[in-house]
Amino acid sequence: MTDALLSVEGLTKAYPGVVANDDVSFAVASGEVHALLGENGAGKSTLVKMIYGLVRPDAGQMHLSGKPHAPASPKEARAAGVAMVFQHFSLFDALDVAENVALGMETPPPRRTLARRIREMSEAYGLPLDPGRIVGDLSAGERQRVEIIRCLLQSPRLLIMDEPTSVLTPQEVRILFATLEKLSSEGTAILYISHKLEEIRTLCDGATILRQGRVVGSCTPAEKSAAELAEMMVGSTLSAPKRARHEAGEVALEIRGLSLPPAHAFGTPLRDISLTLRKGEVLGIGGVAGNGQDELLAALSGEMRSPAGRIELAGRDIGGLDPTGRRDLGLLTAPEERLGHAAAPDMSLTENALLTAHGRERLARHGFIDWSKARGFAERVITAFDVRTPGPENAARSLSGGNLQKFVIGREVLQRPAVLVVNQPTWGVDASAAAAIRQALLDLAAEGAAVIVISQDLDELMEISDRFAALNEGRLSDPRPAEGLSVEEIGLMLGGAHDLERPGGDRPAARPASDAGAAEAHPS
Amino acid sequence: MGLSTISPTLLVASLMIAATPILLAALGELVVERAGVLNLGVEGMMITGAICGFAAAVGTGSPALGFVAAAASGAALALVFGFLTQILLSNQVATGLALTLFGLGLSSLLGQGYSGIRPPPTARFDFGPLSDLPFVGRVVFGHDWIVYLSLALTALIWWFLTRSRAGLTLRAVGENHEAAHALGMKVVAIRLCAIAFGGACAGLGGAYLSLVRVPQWTEGMTAGAGWIALAIVVFASWRAWGVLVGAYLFGGVTVLQLNLQAAGVAFPVEYLSMSPYLVTIAVLVLMSARSGRRALGAPACLGKPFHASQ
Repeated sequence: MTDALLSVEGLTKAYPGVVANDDVSFAVASGEVHALLGENGAGKSTLVKMIYGLVRPDAGQMHLSGKPHAPASPKEARAAGVAMVFQHFSLFDALDVAENVALGMETPPPRRTLARRIREMSEAYGLPLDPGRIVGDLSAGERQRVEIIRCLLQSPRLLIMDEPTSVLTPQEVRILFATLEKLSSEGTAILYISHKLEEIRTLCDGATILRQGRVVGSCTPAEKSAAELAEMMVGSTLSAPKRARHEAGEVALEIRGLSLPPAHAFGTPLRDISLTLRKGEVLGIGGVAGNGQDELLAALSGEMRSPAGRIELAGRDIGGLDPTGRRDLGLLTAPEERLGHAAAPDMSLTENALLTAHGRERLARHGFIDWSKARGFAERVITAFDVRTPGPENAARSLSGGNLQKFVIGREVLQRPAVLVVNQPTWGVDASAAAAIRQALLDLAAEGAAVIVISQDLDELMEISDRFAALNEGRLSDPRPAEGLSVEEIGLMLGGAHDLERPGGDRPAARPASDAGAAEAHPS
Repeated sequence: MGLSTISPTLLVASLMIAATPILLAALGELVVERAGVLNLGVEGMMITGAICGFAAAVGTGSPALGFVAAAASGAALALVFGFLTQILLSNQVATGLALTLFGLGLSSLLGQGYSGIRPPPTARFDFGPLSDLPFVGRVVFGHDWIVYLSLALTALIWWFLTRSRAGLTLRAVGENHEAAHALGMKVVAIRLCAIAFGGACAGLGGAYLSLVRVPQWTEGMTAGAGWIALAIVVFASWRAWGVLVGAYLFGGVTVLQLNLQAAGVAFPVEYLSMSPYLVTIAVLVLMSARSGRRALGAPACLGKPFHASQ
């Protein structure tokens, strides 16, 4: 490519013990949407951080419009015309939209002018935003808009997007893609990082594939199938999880009209949740993060108690029981956040195994810990789930995200739960580890346990769920059989469908999240 | 003897004087905490400021130079805290407590030989005939320049935090240091500046005690004023005007307690001495019972260590 906007040659960056990028070269043309593909740890994030000036390369060079590009800070990168939308939103919850935008600009105009420009820009690109709202109250999709608008106000020549769609509903994804296409038609180059291969096939003009820090190929994504792209990323063939047909058994867990206040200031209250879960069934609960997932998990795990008669496990009221009591009865949970919630970061794997399994696996007797038994249990988890670690004495923190996730899920699965509830079981986990975790959940269900999978990844839910329900603003839709459910229908369940039959007047404050969702959910 | 001996004019005027040291220290701590740093060493920095300011004023004969020295010593001590917590990443709570103990010890060492000396008087700000007005003259126009400085500082900090770009950056750092770093803000440098400013304010507050309020040097003379300043920041939900209200409220209680004692009211003084702390605890409980950190207005990254790894 001769008219490359950005060209990268021989970029290398090593961290102690790991080479994040090894001799990486590629080029992006003006107006091109270029994908960076790779598993977790393939070096995509490090690469874009070097382009954005957050990390300095050890060797190699970059050129932007033919001129050397070696930003020492994000400020310099922005001045050169590079903007970035982060994977984990880099927003300030307690500040309002205009303040957040101003923070990302070198010389922000006075507030009134800025607010006007935010309105104009957001309308021009079909991303409505109110500059006066507090960011902590916004939905994930709206928060991303703030980031995008912040970038666009600086008229970038290269826009980097790190996993932008992982938190969006299908409708929001469509709006984002329309925005990106408009931008690229105006000549802005877009560097797009994603795991989602179908997205890349529809959106991107070119792709560079990274594996273990090296470029292992490049292609035109539209000409490849998703399976081919996945194989290029992983370097081997992936098998889809196998699911055995089985009859749904008797009722394992029943929730009736459960309403609970939010767990924290930016949380969502649960509103009148009802569901029936049968033995041998996988119920997928979809929804964008922050719609009550954490609260639902807490209500099931026992971290939040419920009034009497709302939650029954095999016919027994468990609403007032604490997590240990519920575990004893066979209701096990694995929360979303691995470090800090599901596992104690600085404790060893043995100790972490002990934390949830001491009752069911009888790892403690008369108040004394049976260390050899605890270690044995941790080792069983490590072997059964192929957790890559030197041994159970290693701290949970030292494991990579995917490995720790396998451990956390495996720890619960091996305790033979009657009901297992997992939240985001494969979040940030690479493809092969994700496949292993999904298979384990399916196998568990095949053995007769009931499983609830709460996830934002719709493909995952479609792959493993028997029934699918959507959680939106703390309300759970009626579960529907997952088979034959179209993306369109799911999107409506996730996004705005609830607003059509808005029950009661118990909504505390209007949340434009849903209002916007409703508007987007009805294609004209 | 009775309540009638308490003059409202003097009460209000001395209230302002009693409140000024904690107001200054609390304003400094407000800026520090808004930047996401919890410095529990306010008491130590105040008392160090008190003795350094006292020594400098006695040595040079100029109270103004005394205040400058107090601010400098407070800032220097704060920067020790800053270096330990921001560069070496030590625990902020433990370091802050250590700073308090260190400051108390250091000040008694420096203060040897300064007991019983009277410092040069700090002049009242001259408003001309305005000071002769009844009540208003004494209450509004009858103070020294540090009182007016503390009031101006309140307004300035309010403006800085809510209206200025630099203040927005400071709040952003306290709110989400990871995101601030990703935007290219110098988190550690900004926090060090805030810490130094907080130390300077605490030093000024200490010197006001030893040079104006008492005015004398005695060991441990801050007597918990630094802790009250810390409590006031929380009481004020991290807002500048709230700090002013809190400081004057607690200053009022202190003065009232002294007056009641002097008037011989049969009410155990200990209860009044306790009251600022009890009020703070009550306010904290009330506010956090409502809906947690957000309603309190606490910076989200308060007390969390930051390291720019990757």
